[in-house]
Amino acid sequence: MTSSYVPLSYYLLLSGFLFACGVAGFIIKRNIISIFMSIELMLNGVNLSFVAFAAHWHALAGQIFVFFVMVVAAAEAAVGLAIIIAVYRTRETLNVDQVNLLKL
Amino acid sequence: MNPSLNLWLIPILPLAGAAINGFLGKKSSRTAVTTIALFFSGAAFAMALWVAVRFSSLSLPYEEYLAHWIRAGSFSADFAFYLDQLSLVMLLVVTGVGFLIHIYSVGYMWDDPSYYRFFSYLNLFMFFMLTLVLANNYLLMFIGWEGVGLASYLLIGFWFTKDSAASAGKKAFIVNRIGDFGFLIALFLLIQHFGTLNFDAVFQGVVPLGPETMGAGLLTAIGILLMLGACGKSAQIPLYIWLPDAMEGPTPVSALIHAATMVTAGVYMVSRSHVIFDRAPIALSVVAIIGTLTAFFAATIGIAQTDIKKVLAYSTVSQLGYMFMACGVGAFSAGIFHLMTHAFFKGLLFLGAGSVIHAVGGEQDMRKMGGLRLYAPWTFLTMTIATLAIAGIPPLAGFFSKDEILWRAYSSEHGSWIFWLIGVLTAFITSFYMFRLWFLTFLGDYRGGEAVETADGHGSAHGHGNKNDGHGLPHESPMVMIVPLAILAVLSFVGGWVGIGNRFENFIAPVFRAGAVAATETAAEAAGHLEFYLMLVSVAAAFLGLYLAYLLYHKREDLPQKIADSLGGFYQAIVHKYYIDELYAALFVKPLIDGSTRILWHDVDQKVIDASVNDSADGARRASDEVRHMQSGNIRSYAGWIAAGSALVIAFMIWMGVR
Repeated sequence: MTSSYVPLSYYLLLSGFLFACGVAGFIIKRNIISIFMSIELMLNGVNLSFVAFAAHWHALAGQIFVFFVMVVAAAEAAVGLAIIIAVYRTRETLNVDQVNLLKL
Repeated sequence: MNPSLNLWLIPILPLAGAAINGFLGKKSSRTAVTTIALFFSGAAFAMALWVAVRFSSLSLPYEEYLAHWIRAGSFSADFAFYLDQLSLVMLLVVTGVGFLIHIYSVGYMWDDPSYYRFFSYLNLFMFFMLTLVLANNYLLMFIGWEGVGLASYLLIGFWFTKDSAASAGKKAFIVNRIGDFGFLIALFLLIQHFGTLNFDAVFQGVVPLGPETMGAGLLTAIGILLMLGACGKSAQIPLYIWLPDAMEGPTPVSALIHAATMVTAGVYMVSRSHVIFDRAPIALSVVAIIGTLTAFFAATIGIAQTDIKKVLAYSTVSQLGYMFMACGVGAFSAGIFHLMTHAFFKGLLFLGAGSVIHAVGGEQDMRKMGGLRLYAPWTFLTMTIATLAIAGIPPLAGFFSKDEILWRAYSSEHGSWIFWLIGVLTAFITSFYMFRLWFLTFLGDYRGGEAVETADGHGSAHGHGNKNDGHGLPHESPMVMIVPLAILAVLSFVGGWVGIGNRFENFIAPVFRAGAVAATETAAEAAGHLEFYLMLVSVAAAFLGLYLAYLLYHKREDLPQKIADSLGGFYQAIVHKYYIDELYAALFVKPLIDGSTRILWHDVDQKVIDASVNDSADGARRASDEVRHMQSGNIRSYAGWIAAGSALVIAFMIWMGVR
């Protein structure tokens, strides 16, 4: 079995690392597209942990859930990119620090 | 079994009139309003007469069930009506006098801009009053009781743009609330102990209890609380103060509500509850004492009043005192007899006063009248009959009923010579102030100014006829006002004759004999001569009052002023009605207003309730002012908060141990 070669904890560590990278990128980056990519990184980090657990416990639910996440991520990419283009057209910048009209 | 009389129609008819005039009257002509108001009140009177005709063939008491009202556990109250000799007398008085006053009002109120509103209220009053007298349980009676209070409030404040009228209406309503409080508590006690409010059922529960001679008990408490209610509605000490102010209303209202019918509701209620009072001697004495004191004090106040309607108002209070005196000595039938004759002659006096006020163009001060016998002969004639009747001069109505009360006050087992003495003294004062009114108004020379069109509220009810003739000299009222006066005058003359040979008493006696404590009726029979001598005394008192009034207000017109001067402070006290209004203002009204202002308003309302609301709102505003800076519009800071928040949640879950 796969798990006998690579232990579960390795997958989880990698998954946690990917997620942390995503969070760090989301907070540090100013460019919208980079932030967007960081979100994808977080989603995939989570996906990794899902499939790892699914393989470990021999339960299919985790794998099925990953498909859902990928579908949502794809939809999010479509909508998100459309928004990014719209933002760029009106404000001529992709720096999120300058897109801050939505405040009190 | 009794045939159905459809008694429910009697109160419903005036209600229909009130509704039609109230909703549609504004757009319709005066003639239409008049037709509707007179038709429905007249129809109620016709129904009442029809009932009276069939009365002898009924098995009494006749009860009629109309509909469910309240069903709560074992307690129930229905829309159901009750007819016996007592309700029949009240029914005829209310519909008959009410109908006459409706006719009179057509003439009196013709020029008022709110003509339709007046008749709508008047019909509404008839509805509630008839509900009151026909109800078969205390709760339905209470509906009528409150309803006539409402109608009274609306009609006292009929000219509500006038400040004094508006506040007189409020005063009447508020003072009545105090009495109603007593009435309500009495009803609660009845429900608690007898589980019902139906007259028959309550009395059946009361009969086995026996008289509370040993000391005050449940029945005494109920009796005194009912009397408190009666004091409010029937203007007895200590709650009589609203009635004189109620004269701010139009004069037909004073005649109908504040003389003939509504104010007698208390007497009716006490008589209706006679089974309770019979068994509560202390409550009965309270009724007698309150009645006697009221009769006397109100009469003395009446001496010094100069406003014609105020004299009559205090006279009403005084006569109501007589009725309570009669009830208080256990002579309920005498009280109801006086109630009936009083409705005739006092209704007539008020309508006559209205005619007088009409004649002199809205003036109410008797010092500016005089000599009206020449200008308004019909009013003069009818008023003379009414004055003789109220003064108790035989053979007019007032003589029979008043003499009956005085005799009972002396001879009844609950009576005493003190009641009789004060009663005779009051009869003398009554005769005096009534003839004072009569001399000042009708004899002598006219003392009014020339051609003054009054601008106050009463003026608006006037100016009848064409404007050109103005009010230069007093003039007689139109026929539509004279006819009711004449009919009432006839009734005031002959109305007492039903009492000859105790016929009235025998008629109504079954009501009061049912459930009565086995009484010793021999005492009354034994003293035939004594009754005759006592009657002579009261007639002498009436003539003495007449003579004194003649002396002071016709022969030696300078004397009253001299007497007033020599009496000094006492006279001032009478003129100011013994300063009772001022006393109540200082004792009750001012502390209440001060307490409400200082404690309830400034302390409780402003410092506690307002403060808690305002402070919590301020706190929320300040807190959100701090928090809103978090919403900077900077996406990365949002992300930071989300991350920090999730980290916190995860840390918490780990710490708790995830399951």
